Amino acid sequence: MRGNAEAHELIAPGSLAGVLELMAEAPGEWTPIAGGTEIMVAHAAARLHEKKLVNLWGLNELRFIESGDDSIAIGAGATFRDLRAHAGVQSGAPLLAKAATWIGSIANQSRATIGGNLANGSPAADSSPALLVYDAEVELISVRGRRRIAYSSFHTGYKRNAMTPDELMYAVHVPLRFVKHKQYLRKVGTRRAMAISKVALAGTALLEGSTVSEIRLAAASLAPFPARLYKTEAALLGRPLGLLAIREGQEALMEEAKPIDDIRSTAAYRSRVASNLLGEFLSELLPAEVRR
Amino acid sequence: MSERRASSNLRINFTVNGEKRAIDAPPMKRLLDVLREDLHLTGTKEGCGEGECGSCSVRMNGELVNSCLVPVLQAEAASIETVEGLGKAEKLHPIQRAFLECGGAQCGICTPGMLMATSQLLAMNPHPTIDEIREGLAGNLCRCTGFKRIFDSVVAAVAELDAPAKTGGAHAR
Repeated sequence: MRGNAEAHELIAPGSLAGVLELMAEAPGEWTPIAGGTEIMVAHAAARLHEKKLVNLWGLNELRFIESGDDSIAIGAGATFRDLRAHAGVQSGAPLLAKAATWIGSIANQSRATIGGNLANGSPAADSSPALLVYDAEVELISVRGRRRIAYSSFHTGYKRNAMTPDELMYAVHVPLRFVKHKQYLRKVGTRRAMAISKVALAGTALLEGSTVSEIRLAAASLAPFPARLYKTEAALLGRPLGLLAIREGQEALMEEAKPIDDIRSTAAYRSRVASNLLGEFLSELLPAEVRR
Repeated sequence: MSERRASSNLRINFTVNGEKRAIDAPPMKRLLDVLREDLHLTGTKEGCGEGECGSCSVRMNGELVNSCLVPVLQAEAASIETVEGLGKAEKLHPIQRAFLECGGAQCGICTPGMLMATSQLLAMNPHPTIDEIREGLAGNLCRCTGFKRIFDSVVAAVAELDAPAKTGGAHAR
């Protein structure tokens, strides 16, 4: 059954201030819609429960990408087409540029926004693992002002997040200091385009000699929301990287991962594949003579 | 389901295939339905209705979009191009001719979307590699051709679009 367009209100205040005032007057009553790649799908299937929608699409105040000295500021309204085409994102945050090319198809990338991807909070969100291993921050905005929090503390449960009902996402800040790190991102899904991931793994690491001096790992679809793999990181940090350390890191990941069985995959498959992806990332860091 | 009428019609002004149009519609009405029902531009097809198949692809402000996922309010002041704007039966666009000649169309449901995705791809990248063609059309599903003939059609269209330039003739893409 199709949704009924007349059953939903959709208004366009036309400015960010206008949207924020509306959200402050009636916190939680208005659901923001940007590119519609989530909300319009629910609408099509007549399972869009939100009756009052406020338009963000076309607000230039939210659609920007600015490269600074230490970080890149990405407006919540930047689309994945914007991200993949931006030279500063390609060079400063290559994993994010790569993830942007995986999201849906070209037609989805030209509408889907980074703010929507994060606020929607799917456990399989494509941009999340990269942002987590870059220590990104999200900037939230309301009539009360702006605040920044670590992206790693943004998701608080399945489709729950740290925003108050009167807040919108304003920007994502990606530090540039990871350009000297080894970086990894791989998504496993049923096909290359369009498919929602069964599992995805991202990593950034720094080695001093053979010792792992910094490592960040994050996954999609291993938990109720995209999350860092802190215990797996701890199993590897400070250790000389070798075949034993890799195996123990993989064991730590299998222990830490809490995936579920669902329509796209099984828990056992997800854990096994994530462990294999970790093995692939870490093996790339080994000196060539140890690799085989 | 009893759904009360929450929205009244909104006047939307936009440009469709170069012509200024104004329609009155509920703001959450899909651009797809406005094109087909209000403007009788039935070249744009509905496939899945949820952004997976690309049958309803149109260009909005120079970007490819699935018109099933665009609430018409967001098309206010936009420039929309549909397959009807690409060419006419008596004057086909080179992309359309290539699809005909190479067997890139069979049942035809996916074809308008394929044509618009190809048009977008070539506007951004006039000489795509086969991988770039595959990526550019990855959001458009076809259950007849097996895709090979569609990719062949795009290659042929690129060659034809190039040909006039080589002989010095002007060609509107």
